Amino acid sequence: MRPFTYERATSPAAAAAAVERNPGARFIAGGTNLLDLMKLEIETPVQLVDVNGLKLDSVEPTPDGGLRIGALVRNTDLAADPRVRRDYGVLSRALLAGASGQLRNKATTAGNLLQRTRCPYFYDTGQPCNKRQPGSGCAAIGGFSRQLAVIGGSDACIATHPSDMAVAMRALDATVETVRPDGAVRTIPVADLHRLPGDTPQIETALEHGELITAVALPKPAGGAQIYRKVRDRASYAFALVSVAAIVQPDGSGRVALGGVAPKPWRVEAAEAEMPRGAKAVAARLLAGAKPTDDNAFKLPLVERTLGAVLAEAKG
Amino acid sequence: MKFDTPATTNPIDRLAVVGKPTPRIDGPLKTTGTAPYAYERQDAVPDAAYGYVVGSSIAKGRIAAMDLADARAAPGVLAIVTAGNAGKLGKGEKNTATLLGGPEIEHYHQAIALVVAESFEQARAAATLVRVTYDRAGGAFDLARAKDGATKPEDGASDSEVGDFAGAFAAAPVTLDETYTTPDQTHAMMEPHATIAAWDGDRLTVWLSNQMIAWTTGDLARTLNMPKEKVRLISPFVGGGFGGKLFLRADTLLAALGARAAGRPVKVALQRPLMTNNTTHRPATIQRIRIGAERDGAITAIAHESWSGNLPGGDPETAVDQTKLLYAGANRLTALRLARLDLPEGNAMRAPGEAPGMMALEIAMDEMAEKLGLDPVEFRVRNDTQVDPGKPDRPFSRRQLVECLRQGADRFGWARRNPRPGESRDGRWLTGLGVAAAFRNNLLTRSAARVRLDGRGVVTVETDMTDIGTGSYTIIAQTAAEMMGVGLDRVTVRLGDSSFPASAGSGGQWGANNSTAGVYAACVKLREAVAGKLGFNSADAVFADGQVRAGNRGVPLAEAAGEDGLAAEDGIEYGDLDKRYQQSTFGAHFVEVGVDAATAEIRVRRMLAVCAAGRILNPLSARSQVIGAMTMGVGAALMEELAVDRRAGFFVNHDLAGYEVPVHADIPHQEVIFLDETDPISSPMKAKGVGELGLCGVGAAIANAVYNATGVRVRDYPVTLDKLLDRMPEVG
Repeated sequence: MRPFTYERATSPAAAAAAVERNPGARFIAGGTNLLDLMKLEIETPVQLVDVNGLKLDSVEPTPDGGLRIGALVRNTDLAADPRVRRDYGVLSRALLAGASGQLRNKATTAGNLLQRTRCPYFYDTGQPCNKRQPGSGCAAIGGFSRQLAVIGGSDACIATHPSDMAVAMRALDATVETVRPDGAVRTIPVADLHRLPGDTPQIETALEHGELITAVALPKPAGGAQIYRKVRDRASYAFALVSVAAIVQPDGSGRVALGGVAPKPWRVEAAEAEMPRGAKAVAARLLAGAKPTDDNAFKLPLVERTLGAVLAEAKG
Repeated sequence: MKFDTPATTNPIDRLAVVGKPTPRIDGPLKTTGTAPYAYERQDAVPDAAYGYVVGSSIAKGRIAAMDLADARAAPGVLAIVTAGNAGKLGKGEKNTATLLGGPEIEHYHQAIALVVAESFEQARAAATLVRVTYDRAGGAFDLARAKDGATKPEDGASDSEVGDFAGAFAAAPVTLDETYTTPDQTHAMMEPHATIAAWDGDRLTVWLSNQMIAWTTGDLARTLNMPKEKVRLISPFVGGGFGGKLFLRADTLLAALGARAAGRPVKVALQRPLMTNNTTHRPATIQRIRIGAERDGAITAIAHESWSGNLPGGDPETAVDQTKLLYAGANRLTALRLARLDLPEGNAMRAPGEAPGMMALEIAMDEMAEKLGLDPVEFRVRNDTQVDPGKPDRPFSRRQLVECLRQGADRFGWARRNPRPGESRDGRWLTGLGVAAAFRNNLLTRSAARVRLDGRGVVTVETDMTDIGTGSYTIIAQTAAEMMGVGLDRVTVRLGDSSFPASAGSGGQWGANNSTAGVYAACVKLREAVAGKLGFNSADAVFADGQVRAGNRGVPLAEAAGEDGLAAEDGIEYGDLDKRYQQSTFGAHFVEVGVDAATAEIRVRRMLAVCAAGRILNPLSARSQVIGAMTMGVGAALMEELAVDRRAGFFVNHDLAGYEVPVHADIPHQEVIFLDETDPISSPMKAKGVGELGLCGVGAAIANAVYNATGVRVRDYPVTLDKLLDRMPEVG
């Protein structure tokens, strides 16, 4: 870990300005990912701007009947919020499928969205990784790739985004609210927050340097059966091989997003038109153009089967 | 004490303390966080500097250049140790690769430098400034590809043949010929390898986490080219070893070298992401099993061959040994072949040999039972043998495999198993039951102890035996209490110090029986000393209730000891009873699994182990050992696999996020039954090993249960959902 300076921000805009001033500065909230990465010198910030005191930790109703979730609401609290449990079941279930109780107590809503990949080659500083060290190459391609992307990757990177929560957020059409260093605010659909790697896998989000997420807004409740199904080798505390977030209406229409298969929560709206025709048709559209490796080709039939089970469960 | 005739009645048979379920005497220290582990011994060494290990980022080749300038100049740095400046080092007898590599590199993450600094953070930061240029060389990293070039291991004892296997197999009406694979695995113990080293002139003291004090003392002295009398090892508490801490490892050597270079004590813990490739692992195996039987189920031919790989000078994984002994059959063959691989060093892990061997053999037995139309329990029972099948004049000292299978079947509800696979369902789950035999040899090795009786009547036991979370403290205290006729509160046990008499150490499930037998021997001598001092005939003296009595005279032990106390030292040494008798431990594992019909996720529902392993010295800690071993079996069956990068030659998933072991949610219900057994051939304790027995066979019982649930036979461990998926039923 390199030496760094530390400051507590006094307002969201001040935090954004503080980070913007210093190209080596990073925000820190729960720290459940960043601190690990700093110990391995995968992240080497020279300054940490602590946003924990910014009072962005409440869940409030919005005028249009939705919910506005403060960026610092802890995963445990969000999963337990009665409004979330009642109206956004897929989100509560996704949160509880992730990490462990201890980590969920610490991890924040915005931090969860911004966590970095768990690709083992990203974590091994002895190996080339375009995300960690742009231009060095990708050791995962042609290497051990069981956990890695089957779609959305590139010749430069096949890392997956590890979040469960973000997959549910994507199915719920959440939007991210940010403040920029000049104090301007903007909203970004969660669909546009994460970028595909292309040839710049080190650029992971649409956020500018210094831009701070202040909240995540959920539109008014979508109703329907809300299911999050996470498939993994052990019963708990493991990243998804494949996960499915689904909102299924009584007439069979609905929305589906996938985790564990791509560099971002994976949703193809056009595929949802196929929902009345069943899982096979939806999965075929969702995963059209997939480029799996020998290690992870099983994820394609696994998505279809898991989705089939989810749709059957939704039907009751 | 020489043990060369079967044990007769002795003071242990009173079972006033031994054999009683006894909570660990070190439990309060563990649960209050006051048991000091090696890295935390600031009480003993308040001024230790911190070392951070730099590992090679190539698997094979040479260091072309090493630039230490930036690292040396970094804040707080006190010294940097490399092979270039460490002076001439020897190599431990138990080490295959050298522990400080360079310029030659033998495996990935082989230690190439230790950076010593005032703080851990400074050492870690400076370590990233060590700049290394490598000349990378090609290597062999793929066992399947290296298999055809594998050769007989050098020790020459690798093959065995009895009768005419080939002829009998060809003539058998029912046969099986299948190949099974087990992956590389890592110990994944909680406490990393850790050491504090301090020099006093030319004398070295190390506080470390180690299973085998005598081995490691010798190898540390050998590597440092110094007399072992000048080396002291202290390892009273060990946070898990599983075979990974049997040997001198880089943490200890580098701490000693770092302390010498820095001129002050140094502490080193291997970093978690480094441990997997830096230390030893269980090597992968490819195992071919052939079984021929009559239609009534009598095995006539059985062969087990295993291929594994290792660095030059390394050993094979001895996966075939149980097949020499477990089932009857007149015609038999086993063989081991060893391929040269340039992966990290393969070595002992959690029941080496039998754990992977039984994973294969006990699937084969399940498959064979199905071919014969026999219940898998019944097939095993029909092929029981009470003698070494290769040497029929050599009986088992005690073998209750059939009783384990029968009692387990009864207790588990085996009769309710549907023999037709894939037909039992519970909601979304396909359910299935599986069984496997458990088998692990009982190894005898000399073990010594010193016992002292003081003027307060307190008995203190000292031996270099280790407690790696197994309960050694407690069973040794029980043994001494039983022998001296005192309560556990009058016994103090001190372990894991090379200044104490050398014990069996902890490994191969040999620790409990041998180390307590050593304490028994020392206590016999102490009893003689007490009796002698009082003028009692030691054969007549009865030690009970804190007194020694003969006839109608009784003397409190405290009084007998007097102000100066009494002490005795002795050990157990074995004759040829293990040549005349085959000593093994037996059991049966029963498992129920559910397999998600859609996703093929496998979840264990309940497990039962029935064990016949001699006298159970402490049913509470033995049960903990067995349920821990069963849990390791779940890991081996369903998730544990080091993923090999076959291009760069290393284990990719080298941390606890990437290498999955079972979590609590994976282990819903476990039950353990110990058959009432004593084995007078094994030692005066009449005990045998039990911990690793709990692991041997579990993996196959799970794989067999998955087959019963799904009809899919997976022969390549771990049994993960991707291996089942294409043969699961239609969804919806």
